[in-house]
Amino acid sequence: MRFLGMNRSDWLLFIGFAVVTLAGPIIFSPIGAGYPDLLQKFAIYGIFALGFNILFGLTGYLSFGHAAFLGVGSYTAVWTFKLLTMNPIPAIIFATIVGGLFSAVIGFISLRRTGIYFSILTLAFAQMCYNLAYSVLTPITNGETGLQLTQGDPRVLDVAFGRDYGAVLPSSDLFGIDMTGYPGFYFCGVMLIICFFITLRIFRSPFGMMLRAVKSNQNRMNYTGLNTRPYALTAFIISGMFAGLAGGLLAVTDPLAGAERMQWTASGEVVLMTILGGAGTLLGPVIGAGVIKYFENIFSAFNETILMQAYSALPEGLQHFMVTLSSLFVGEGWHLTLGALFMLIVIFLPGGLMEGLRRLRNLFTKSSGGQGPGNSAETAHSATPA
Amino acid sequence: MSILTIVDLNKSFGGLRALSNVNLNIDQGSVHAIIGPNGAGKSTLLNCFVGRLEPDTGSVTFDGTSLLGIQPHEINQLGVSRVFQTPEIFGDLSLLDNVMIPGFARRDGAFKINAWNPVRRRGPIAEKAMEMLKDVGLDDKSKQIAGQLSRGDKRRLELAMCLVQDPKLLLLDEPTAGMARADTNKTIDLMKTIAGRGVTMVVIEHDMHVVFSLAEKISVLAQGTVIAEDLPEKIKGDPRVQEAYLGGAHL
Amino acid sequence: MDAILLQILNGLDKGGAYALIALGLTIIFGTLGVVNFAHGALFMLGAFCAVSIKAVLGLQKVTLSETETTAWGTPLEITQPYVEVWFGDLGATILDYSVPVSILIAIPVMLLIGIIMERGLIRYFYKRPHAEQILVTFGLAIVLQEIIKSIFGANPIPQPAPDSMKGMIDFGVAIGFDAGNVVYPVWRLVYFLFSLFVIGLVFAFIQFTTFGMVVRAGMADRETVGLLGIDIDRRFTIVFGIAAIVAGLAGVMYTPILSPDYHMGMDFLVLSFVVVVVGGMGSLGGAVLAGFMLGILQSFASMNEVKDILPGIDQIIIYLIAVAVLLLRPRGLMGRKGVMEG
Repeated sequence: MRFLGMNRSDWLLFIGFAVVTLAGPIIFSPIGAGYPDLLQKFAIYGIFALGFNILFGLTGYLSFGHAAFLGVGSYTAVWTFKLLTMNPIPAIIFATIVGGLFSAVIGFISLRRTGIYFSILTLAFAQMCYNLAYSVLTPITNGETGLQLTQGDPRVLDVAFGRDYGAVLPSSDLFGIDMTGYPGFYFCGVMLIICFFITLRIFRSPFGMMLRAVKSNQNRMNYTGLNTRPYALTAFIISGMFAGLAGGLLAVTDPLAGAERMQWTASGEVVLMTILGGAGTLLGPVIGAGVIKYFENIFSAFNETILMQAYSALPEGLQHFMVTLSSLFVGEGWHLTLGALFMLIVIFLPGGLMEGLRRLRNLFTKSSGGQGPGNSAETAHSATPA
Repeated sequence: MSILTIVDLNKSFGGLRALSNVNLNIDQGSVHAIIGPNGAGKSTLLNCFVGRLEPDTGSVTFDGTSLLGIQPHEINQLGVSRVFQTPEIFGDLSLLDNVMIPGFARRDGAFKINAWNPVRRRGPIAEKAMEMLKDVGLDDKSKQIAGQLSRGDKRRLELAMCLVQDPKLLLLDEPTAGMARADTNKTIDLMKTIAGRGVTMVVIEHDMHVVFSLAEKISVLAQGTVIAEDLPEKIKGDPRVQEAYLGGAHL
Repeated sequence: MDAILLQILNGLDKGGAYALIALGLTIIFGTLGVVNFAHGALFMLGAFCAVSIKAVLGLQKVTLSETETTAWGTPLEITQPYVEVWFGDLGATILDYSVPVSILIAIPVMLLIGIIMERGLIRYFYKRPHAEQILVTFGLAIVLQEIIKSIFGANPIPQPAPDSMKGMIDFGVAIGFDAGNVVYPVWRLVYFLFSLFVIGLVFAFIQFTTFGMVVRAGMADRETVGLLGIDIDRRFTIVFGIAAIVAGLAGVMYTPILSPDYHMGMDFLVLSFVVVVVGGMGSLGGAVLAGFMLGILQSFASMNEVKDILPGIDQIIIYLIAVAVLLLRPRGLMGRKGVMEG
């Protein structure tokens, strides 16, 4: 059974993904994540991680500079709002294009080297973007304050179509639907679904196979008549476009762009999302992005009062001790948790959560039925576990 | 008719002369063996065919096109495939994928963004890949991950990866090194079958058993020069060859 | 002319810090084969050694004055650091020299931290891919800096140089320029000399001791050294410890120049990595040369005359050079060919 060339299990995966995304407000409300501000973060960073995974997961090139493309996307989107229109569609189109252009230039140069040299080149470019955004490019980026909308913005298209926002600062709206709250989430959610579909097609295509070959053995690829560099560059550009789109969506939901989005620690975060979920898997990066944004939200919200309540069952001395200990990891200390999580995952589960799930499943199938090697060969064949 | 012509090839590394004035003609459809003691320059010569090394002077012409100064992937696209001394395969991918990738390379060229349509597991490329795996006796393992294969199986896989491209010229660098005798014989049979299809082969080999059961013509390389080139039975009795193999050694 | 000299001098202290950090990075990479993204954190920990020692030395003894009273009629509280109470003038001097004094304590502390890091984490990553080494040490760096943040807060904590080294020295007069043209803070000069001293020590250690010989052999050919039957594990631990000390000392002495905060390590790490790459992975001389070179170039790039022609160049000069070097001469200024390519 094939439809548009995709087999049934892939369609099921895609439809399942779309349903979970669209029903997010209901599905995630039991864990306290069913509100739009957080959900749209899931979607936006999901797109960012999906794109990063096309580069890192498939070709194995570890970029430490992808936050630059996210930042560039945000600036482009805010400028589109300022100059053209508050409609989000031109904003995200330009954000994607500009993200792609930046990544084409940076990728073209960085991909001349491999391994750690590639990582350092991307890092160097991202730091250049970051430093310039804070200094010389202040007329474009508005430096430390960040780029904001003002009432005096020209918004030529809005003016041409007679749209007047009056004396308040406008927020982005799609033909009259305000891009805050649930509409904002659904806009991002639909984008995530589209990006997931594109990623799924890439993963199953001959092009995706070539990208895995880049990771596996570039020497063999060359002697097989394949030019590796344009393959890697295309993957780099696609991931840069995804990052630009994600940056654009950040600006759609909150029309403000700051340079701190481009800092290299932000690049580190997307690496973490990808490996936490499982680099090279389809769903992993989205799950990783969701888990990190969810825990960031929960953990940073904790404060001493909440902790005191949480440990209220303990004797007082112990309670105070536990509160002090835990408060290291929550609230302001969320980054400590993030760093520790980073280490734990790399040490114990380099394949990420998806690998963990697979191990669990193998454990069960092995104990329940005698289909050992045949079964693992089957999963190996598809080579792209969902 | 000669498919690969090498004229006055020279290559030095620092002060060491690895190849001096090598002349070689590989006839279309023949199996040509290059033998010689260790350090005779066999691998250097092979690397000059495939764009891995740039010779200092001389020319390498394949099917009317010069192979000098062009990239390995361009040379492959002209129809030259190569089997390495240590098998170069895609260790993380399944055997079938390993053989399909060269298939795509032959169909789509060096670079094509074919990102929308899924890989067809029943299309012509997959079918041909399966056929090649069958030829080398690996069809029952097509879904395994290639990195888990034994060394001998990896070699056979690599051979299938080259054959699926229907190469005009197949370069084999010690295809039976480190193989058990039974495996060696299987490989010899396989290569005879391939030669029967009219594929031109250049074999670099240590094992004289392999050389004499396969080659139609033998070139002997010693200290970077071709000291003899003849039919196998003539080479066997050539005193210069015996000198090169035995005379240089400390006996 | 004097302006150029001033810029060279200005670059020396920063260059010294880059060189010291890069030296440790490249030793660790060369011998252990590990890409250590937590090396900047060691620099930062060194700086906070100085902060804590200053804090300990500065603990105040509070006594109530018997004669004087405050405006409210209560006895005046007199505070005096314990070291002064106990040691008198010597105590005051120790307090004044808290930054150099910290060196003595930072050496064992950093050695211990280095050993714990290597035994506890790094050694499990010798055979793992570089990408995983980068990721796990990146995680460790975050953890370390967040711990420091939770103890010392997010704001920079200024550390004064000793009084006698606080001033400026008119360097130009000494070499025949007019007075007032090449004025240079004494402490920066001290830092530069200190970094030269430490670099000299490291080189001497590597050049003239048997232990250093093994390190050199390891940097030349790691696999073979492992086959020689030398207890390579223990030596790796010590190498890592030494690299940690060097980075830590660089941090201790840098505190009067840059008030330490928790993320200073990350800032210096990125630049030091660039330094290592420019100098050549695994080359000690390259790391030192590139460290000073980039420090000085950065200081030139921040001259107003240069900034007028190329605005923003001071922000990106180091990265631009790294990009150029990686593309034109991938092995770096003094690196061997093929190290970590692929």
